[in-house]
Amino acid sequence: MKKMTKFVAIVLAMMLVLSMGSVAAAEGALKIGFIGPLTGAAAVYGTSAMQGGQIAVDEINALGGLQIEFLTQDDEHAPDKSVNAYDYLMQQGVQVIVGCVTSSPCVAVADYAFEERVFMLTPSASSTAVTEGRDNVYQVCFSDPAQGSASAQYIGMNGLATKVAVIYNNADAYSTGIYQTFMAEAANQPFEVVSESTFTDDTTDFSVQVKAAQDAGAELIFLPIYYTPASMILKQADSMEYDCQFFGVDGMDGILTMEGFDTSLAEGVMLLTPFSADSTEERSAKFVSEYKTKYGETPTQFSADTYDCIYILYDAMQKAGLTAESSYEEVCEALIAFMPTYSHDGITGSPMTWNEKGEVSKTPMAVVIENGVYVGK
Amino acid sequence: MIRVSFLSNLINGISLGSVYAIIALGYTMVYGIAKMLNFAHGDVIMIGAYISFCVTQYLGLPAWVSILASMLVCTLLGMTIERLAYKPLRSAPSLAVLITAIGMSYFLQNVAQLIWGANPKSFNSVVAMEPLRLFGGQLIITDEAIVTVLTCVVIMICLTLFTEKTKMGKAMRAVSEDKGAAQLMGINVNMTISVTFAIGSALAAIAGVLLCSTYPALMPTTGSMPGIKAFTAAVFGGIGSIPGAMLGGILLGVIEIFGKSYISTELGDAIVFAILIILLLVKPTGLLGKKVNEKV
Repeated sequence: MKKMTKFVAIVLAMMLVLSMGSVAAAEGALKIGFIGPLTGAAAVYGTSAMQGGQIAVDEINALGGLQIEFLTQDDEHAPDKSVNAYDYLMQQGVQVIVGCVTSSPCVAVADYAFEERVFMLTPSASSTAVTEGRDNVYQVCFSDPAQGSASAQYIGMNGLATKVAVIYNNADAYSTGIYQTFMAEAANQPFEVVSESTFTDDTTDFSVQVKAAQDAGAELIFLPIYYTPASMILKQADSMEYDCQFFGVDGMDGILTMEGFDTSLAEGVMLLTPFSADSTEERSAKFVSEYKTKYGETPTQFSADTYDCIYILYDAMQKAGLTAESSYEEVCEALIAFMPTYSHDGITGSPMTWNEKGEVSKTPMAVVIENGVYVGK
Repeated sequence: MIRVSFLSNLINGISLGSVYAIIALGYTMVYGIAKMLNFAHGDVIMIGAYISFCVTQYLGLPAWVSILASMLVCTLLGMTIERLAYKPLRSAPSLAVLITAIGMSYFLQNVAQLIWGANPKSFNSVVAMEPLRLFGGQLIITDEAIVTVLTCVVIMICLTLFTEKTKMGKAMRAVSEDKGAAQLMGINVNMTISVTFAIGSALAAIAGVLLCSTYPALMPTTGSMPGIKAFTAAVFGGIGSIPGAMLGGILLGVIEIFGKSYISTELGDAIVFAILIILLLVKPTGLLGKKVNEKV
């Protein structure tokens, strides 16, 4: 009898241990891999994206229950490095990829992810080449064409100008993509495009382009370009004492954090963005204050996009019945079926919905730079 | 209005051309004396701009101190490059020296990326004067443009006086004419070449500061395109000739700006290089280059 008791006790103890194990397995941690440029020319984008994602991960992990393991890799904004980063993350057993942050690396990784059936949710790679022909890649940001037409609509709807000039980089797919849809939509809007000029990656002198806009009497210059050339255009206009409205897209984001940049040059610049750091909306405000406390700087839309990415995956994966134990193929197939039916209320748009191509639908908004910070319009 | 626009383009062209001219002086002097194309020259410019950026931004010192510091660093850098990379190859085939120079250019770019990162930095202008307003404010000449053009003229005059009047200048001309004969006459050829590199690199520092004051984005690749343009300017004006570099630089800047504003912003560079090809077909030595007959 004593033996029996001992046996029962052992069995019970074993059951207890096993049950504890099974509880932990049921919760576990989702393994999410992040790829973005943490060094190199686009490091501003990648770093703020990664930090935004980390805030979401910390919030979720503090809740208890299902945890998130967030593995990050640098791609230096180079397609080949990005594929290496992807391979490394897959070896580490990630279930899903958040990334890449920039378009050309994202296209390179998406090719592999499509073949191997890995689901990718990119916070900010806005080129249509990222989603085209692949059912496994979804975007949280607007696609480039959507940015161009949304900018034209915004300028027209709010009556910002009647004469508009465009300066774009014709050596860059991102810039020309936005330029083309902007021009197509501008035809339907109550303003006239009076000057169009181009530059290439090596251009340092913008006097001709800005002068052309000034001579044409443009009241607004649309800049579908990255912030480095934009900073030189702002300086050029300032030295010509040409006072006009500048309107940028997401590539303009980051200009305020450029080292040594005189933020007074960017005073009054508007940019189309789904997120503004001065928003009074409760969740955005909480995100901004957490981000500022942790990193000592103001989050950009890249941070907010990635923050949303983490919550979207956390929520959608649970709703699609996925667990920490699901393989990456299971995650991919389940999310492809689930995402088009899913609606998410995030800080970069609420609600956000997706079509089957993986493109997001949400309302655009614009911010204006005042006293060196973004202010919602 | 059209005339004002023309004048404004002309001034922008001369200002851009003056920067090319200062850089081209470095190319042309080194070519004239050491008979080599120092392709790392453009990257010395970039280093000069970074030094000036660091001195003003991190140490908070005034702009003139930063210019002196960057001239000092670039002079030492130029002499070190010459001593370590080019001097051992003095008797090697010119192709080997050329490849070394290209390698040095990449080396400097990568070192800059290691030290300062690839993120562009916004360079604050070292010139803080009021711009010149003409025709009731219709034509604005920026303070940077005024200082750049004046600096270019002053450097040009000083260099001409230096090569014509001083002993060192005479030694330089002698070495450039015939290295062997100069050595036989008791001229220290190595020393002369070192001094040439020192002067060229100090000019590069000034060019870097002026370039970034006008066009404020500073990256490890900042020097490469202006470097190539300035090399073109040196060939345009006749490589080896100091007034030629000056003339070539200014012409190149004006042609570039006019090409962009009156023909096409996309074809600006194509026009510049097309004119260079035509000029070299008609006058292979460049505008002011001297034809040297090989003596047998």
